[in-house]
Amino acid sequence: MSRLRLTIKGPAESGGLIAINGSTPMDNIDPRSLYPDYDVLAKRTSLSWNDATRRVIDARLAVPREPRFFSGEQWATLVAVCRRILPQPADRPEVPIAALLDNLLRTDDTQGFRVDPLPYDGPAWKQGLVALEAEARAAYHAAFPALSERVQDALLKEAQAGRLHHPAWAPMTAALFFKHRILTDIPALYYAHPTSWSEIGFGGPAGPRGYVRMGLNRRDPWEAREVGATSQAPARALTRHAR
Amino acid sequence: MRCHADTDTVDFVIVGTGAGGGTLAARLAEQGFSVVALDAGPFFRPLLDFASDETAQNQLFWTDKRVSSGTNPIKMGGNNSGKAVGGSTVHFAMVSLRFRPEWFKSRSILGYGADWPLDWAEMWHYYSMAEQALAIAGPIHYPWGPKRPRYPYRAHELNAAAKLLARGCEALGYRWSETPLATVSAPRGKSPPCVYRGFCRFGCSTNAKQSALTVWIPRALKAGAEIRDLAMAGRIDVDHQGCATGVHYVREGQWRFQNARNVIVCGYAIETPRLLLNSETACFPDGLANSSGLVGRYLMTQANQAAWGRMEDEVRWYKGPPSLALTEHWNYEDRGKDFFGGYCWMGQGPLPIEWVSVQTSARGLWGPALRTEMMDYNHQIGVKMVGEMLPNEDNRVTLDDDTDQYGLPIPRITYEWSENDKRLINHALNQMTMSLAAIGATRIFPQDDDTNHLAGTARMGFNRETSVVNSDCRSWDIPNLWICDGSVFPTTGGVNPALTIQALALRTADRIKHLAARREL
Ligand SMILES: Cc1cc2nc3c(=O)[nH]c(=O)nc-3n(C[C@H](O)[C@H](O)[C@H](O)COP(=O)(O)OP(=O)(O)OC[C@H]3O[C@@H](n4cnc5c(N)ncnc54)[C@H](O)[C@@H]3O)c2cc1C
Ligand code: SF4
Repeated sequence: MSRLRLTIKGPAESGGLIAINGSTPMDNIDPRSLYPDYDVLAKRTSLSWNDATRRVIDARLAVPREPRFFSGEQWATLVAVCRRILPQPADRPEVPIAALLDNLLRTDDTQGFRVDPLPYDGPAWKQGLVALEAEARAAYHAAFPALSERVQDALLKEAQAGRLHHPAWAPMTAALFFKHRILTDIPALYYAHPTSWSEIGFGGPAGPRGYVRMGLNRRDPWEAREVGATSQAPARALTRHAR
Repeated sequence: MRCHADTDTVDFVIVGTGAGGGTLAARLAEQGFSVVALDAGPFFRPLLDFASDETAQNQLFWTDKRVSSGTNPIKMGGNNSGKAVGGSTVHFAMVSLRFRPEWFKSRSILGYGADWPLDWAEMWHYYSMAEQALAIAGPIHYPWGPKRPRYPYRAHELNAAAKLLARGCEALGYRWSETPLATVSAPRGKSPPCVYRGFCRFGCSTNAKQSALTVWIPRALKAGAEIRDLAMAGRIDVDHQGCATGVHYVREGQWRFQNARNVIVCGYAIETPRLLLNSETACFPDGLANSSGLVGRYLMTQANQAAWGRMEDEVRWYKGPPSLALTEHWNYEDRGKDFFGGYCWMGQGPLPIEWVSVQTSARGLWGPALRTEMMDYNHQIGVKMVGEMLPNEDNRVTLDDDTDQYGLPIPRITYEWSENDKRLINHALNQMTMSLAAIGATRIFPQDDDTNHLAGTARMGFNRETSVVNSDCRSWDIPNLWICDGSVFPTTGGVNPALTIQALALRTADRIKHLAARREL
């Protein structure tokens, strides 16, 4: 695919950041939430949620944890891939990304279109996981989930860079599968989960009650408070009634 | 709701109830015509049916099978296509802008694209009508273009993201404005004022948004139109005289046929040409209204690139409609450009899933680096363009061999950016980056691959050889077949299209009334 040649584009080492004003890459490898005492689910019965929202989030939290769309082997590969693409902290329940994906593909709740030459999402996923497994066996004589995390990462980087060419990918390419499926679906499912909203301090569902304080460094009492924050919520006396 | 039997020959059957079809259903019914409007999507009740959730609201989008191909394949689904009564306006971002007058004559005045067979001053009148009908909330004085009346509702309060956009524009010496938005800033009928919940692109669960679903459809029902939801049109029938007789559609698993004196297609830039092409007959072997061979051609999307960065301050851009402020500077300034066309840029407020897709698609991040970046969500700032891409006949919609759940051939969409498109994008990325740099944003990066709205594929024009419909949105080939939606745009301009589509539909309804009075329908 021909990419746009930008006159401005940061170097690859900085993840595309442009060197203006400051662009230090983040090297914190143990990302910690800035909102340790915020739990978006605490608002479940508040005016920020309506019944339709409660229904869909409840269903998401109750997603069955075993595969119904993927085969056992595809599932094992998928679980391992999800852990590398979105590593999660050990001290809290894991967001079941693989289970959410399995459910999404089983119910075909996708965007519907396919980008040539990829197949539709469900078949693309099955084929891509089989191809990744074939690459692992060809290069390391072991199943992908059995590889060390370092080697798994190396293989995934090769896929992203388009350097894997096993015939099992055809008519897709490893790079297209990585871009359109792995790097599109896995992050989207993680950030569809309330655990991630609490982690990043997102307000979460917000209807019928929305927000009142929209300015810079301002927040409503029902928004997340950042550690060492600059933002101000109004004095408690003004918001006694906020639930 | 007044209901018609399939055997009733109604004055108008309208396919699609979005910006074009919803507006027409209301106006034609108000003029006393009998109207049945079909939509493939459901008739939602936002207060009951809409969750505040990026994923669950996938229910609003057109997610039937489609193939996207070409050098720069367009992302479909929620990115540009709705499937609901109200069409894409149910989840549109409410930005309601007028074309720059010169764009209606961009070929003769500005030297690119194609002229519209319409006069800007007449469109100015219909823009005002649309703005009144939609109770647009906007500034008292809009800084660009010829004088326009003040907006009916006062502008919305700016959120932090919009204030930062304004600061960036001022630093570069450009004007900025509150964005005219189709969500009310004070109560109106059954609409309460916008509560700034920020989920606008996933449906407004309070009905503050002035979409076709909340504005035109109630007016259509009141005037006696029938809105038939979950009704997918598959084929338009034509008789021996070459006149349309009605529409085959599938509802509740049954194929049915609605008789009509006139058919208006309003399915948007992919489904409109698909329906016309799927309706081929022995007399019209290349599809209906296609003697020019242009049905499906000149598909246009709009450049939707962005620049993103980080502020020390807490921005919390998830609050409020995403695009509360904008600058149209480069739509109205022609000096200093190495490309044809224009663009504007707007404030942004992506919710978490959209935001992570920016980090992965623009920067390829994953692993701990991705989770770490996402922790900065509440400090993020960004501006996003809506840019004019030029019409190119090779960018098109054709039929694929594959079929959908109704057994109908699916559309294949082929797209490639031109050199001009790329120059425009580069210019905008540089400008947007500078505007972020000027307000002290750090960790700035460009997102170079996004597109949004659609247009073209059944262009209007001056003659039957070079266009599909005339200035009344009437097809050249079949006198009682009309097309009135985003697909008739000969050029797409540097602003979001929905207000122009609605203004055009208001004009078409007036023209139909006029033609009917002269017995020229
Ligand atoms: C996320 C998003 C944000 C947007 N934001 C803005 C914005 O801020 N400002 C702006 O101006 N524009 C915006 N747009 C674009 C705008 O919504 C569209 O340009 C506009 O709605 C198109 O109008 P239309 O009448 O051509 O089609 P639509 O509004 O899409 O309506 C077409 C309707 O036809 C129906 N249909 C199609 N084919 C058939 C068939 N065969 N049988 C039965 N029914 C059929 C569909 O179900 C659909 O309901 C946005 C779009 C999206 C997706
Ligand atoms: S911010 Fe306003 S328009 Fe948007 S969804 Fe909320 S209430 Fe509706």
